Amino acid sequence: MLALEGLEKRYRTGDLALKGVSLEVPAGQVMALIGPSGAGKSTLIRCVNRLIEPTGGRVLLKGQDMTALSARGLRRARRRIGMIFQEYALIERLTVMENVLSGRLGYVGFWSSWFRRFPQADIDAAFGLLDRVGLTPFVDKRADALSGGQRQRVGICRALIQNPDLLLIDEPTASLDPKTSRQIMRLIVELCTERGLAAIINIHDVALAQQFAQRIVGLRLGEVVFDGPPSRLDAGVLTEIYGEEDWSQTVRHASEEGGEDDDEALDPARLAANA
Amino acid sequence: MPEAVAARRWRPPPLIANPWLRHGLMIGAAIYLYLAINSVPVNWPRIVMGLERGAAFVAGFLSPDFVSRYDEIFEGLLESVIMTVIATVIGIALSVPVALGAARNLAPRPVYYFCRFIIASARTFQEVIIAILFVKMFGFGVLAGVATISFATIGFMAKLLAEDIEAIEPSQAEAVRATGASWLQWLNFGIQPQVLPRFIGLSLYRVDINFRESAVVGIVGAGGIGATLKTAFDRYEYGVAAAILILIIAIVMACEYSSSWIRRRVQ
Repeated sequence: MLALEGLEKRYRTGDLALKGVSLEVPAGQVMALIGPSGAGKSTLIRCVNRLIEPTGGRVLLKGQDMTALSARGLRRARRRIGMIFQEYALIERLTVMENVLSGRLGYVGFWSSWFRRFPQADIDAAFGLLDRVGLTPFVDKRADALSGGQRQRVGICRALIQNPDLLLIDEPTASLDPKTSRQIMRLIVELCTERGLAAIINIHDVALAQQFAQRIVGLRLGEVVFDGPPSRLDAGVLTEIYGEEDWSQTVRHASEEGGEDDDEALDPARLAANA
Repeated sequence: MPEAVAARRWRPPPLIANPWLRHGLMIGAAIYLYLAINSVPVNWPRIVMGLERGAAFVAGFLSPDFVSRYDEIFEGLLESVIMTVIATVIGIALSVPVALGAARNLAPRPVYYFCRFIIASARTFQEVIIAILFVKMFGFGVLAGVATISFATIGFMAKLLAEDIEAIEPSQAEAVRATGASWLQWLNFGIQPQVLPRFIGLSLYRVDINFRESAVVGIVGAGGIGATLKTAFDRYEYGVAAAILILIIAIVMACEYSSSWIRRRVQ
C-alpha cells in the first residue's frame, strides 16, 4: 500500500533528518513509529504527503510515486491521506462541523467551500462520523470550546471524511491525559480496522504503542533500528532505540498485558510516568 | 568557631558594561540637549504680542457660529463623510492582497519585497504630503482626497494585517494543506479565521482615522471639510472655524466610541 524507498531528508541547515529509510506498510496495518525526540519521526510522516519535501528516495502510495507529482497531482494525492495532529491543529475559530467538512476541501470547488455549501453527501458523512465519535451535540460549537479529547475526536473525523487509504498520525495523545489517550488510541485503531486503513502513528509513549499497534518501528537519528511486532520489544531493543535507561518497568507491563487494554487496570507507576 | 564569612555584595549589572562608554554617552547626551535648547530662537516680545491674538482665537471658540456658513459647512462635512467611506472601502480592499504578499510565511521572496516596498512608501510620507502630490495629479477636489486616504489606508492595514498573518499558528494552516485544499481554500480555512478579528478591528479603527485625515487633507485642497475650515481661517471667521472643529470633534468621538464598542464585541 505504502512503500518508502531510501527516503532521505536533508534540511537546509545541513542536518540529515532521514538517512535513507525504507519501509513497507500493507493495507490495514496500524504501525507505531517510536523513537527519541529529533529521531525524524515527524519529518518522516510529513515526507509522505510532502508537507516536508524529501530530498531523496521515493514514496509510493498504491504504486504512485508521491515525489514525482505536480502541484495539482499532489493535492489530489493528499486527499487520500488523512492526517491527525499533535495539539489537534483544528481551526480554532471555526465550528466543529466546518472543521470536519474542511477534510473535504480537496474534493469541492473554491466557491462551494467559501460559502460553506458542501454537497449533501459530505454533510451526511460528517454527521455519520460525529455520531460515531459522540460529538453530534457539538456541531455548531466553536472548536476552541471543546476539551482536549473532544478536539482530537474532531481531528479524527476531519481525517476520516477525506475517505483516505492511509492515516498519518503525529503524536495524537501528546497533550491528553492517560485515560483519554487510551480512548483516542482505541478509537483510532477501531476505525482503522472498520475501514481497512493503514496508519503510521508517531508516538512517544512506548506503552501505548505496544498496547495498540500491530507493528512497531523504532527510529533513531534518522535510521530504522527496530521493526517488529510489539511482543519483541524488550529492554535491549529500547536501549537500541532510545539509549541506556532502566527499561524494566516499561517492558514488564508489555509482557503482562499481552496487548489487552483496560483503563481501570492501569498501573499507578505507569500513570505517573505518563503525567 | 567558624570563620566569619564576608558579606558578598551584589549590584544589578549595568545596561552598558563599559563604564567609559556608559558615562560618555550620558555626558554627550546632556551636552547635546543643552546646545539644542539654546539653538531654538525665542522672541519674547513677539510671544507677548501673540498672546492677544491667541486670546481672540480662543474667544471665537467660545461663540461658535454654526449658522452664517451653514450650507458650506454641511456640504464640506458631507464630502468628508463620502471621502471617508469610499477611501476606507477601497483602501481595505487593496490592502488584503498587499498584506498577503507582505507576510513572510506566505509570499515568495520577490513578492514579499515588492509588497513591503508598497507598504513602506505608503507609510513614509505623512498624508498631507501625499495629498499635495495627488492634488497636483488630479486637481483640487474629492478625488485627490480619496486617492490620498486610500493609499494611506493600504500602508496601515497591510502592515498590521501582514504582521498578524505572520503570527498565525502554523499547525492549523498545515492541517488544511494536508487535506489537499487549493491555495485559495487554504487561505480561506487556514489563515482567514485566525486573522479575521484583528482585520475587523483594524478596519473599524481605520474608519475614524480616515475621517480625521479627510479633514486634514482638505487644507491642502483635497476636498472635504478641511477646505471649508481653511477658508474660514483665511477670512478670520474664528466663529465658523470653531463650529467646524466642534463638529469634527463630535463626529470623531462618535466614530471612536461606536468602533471601540464593535471591536469589543468581535474580539
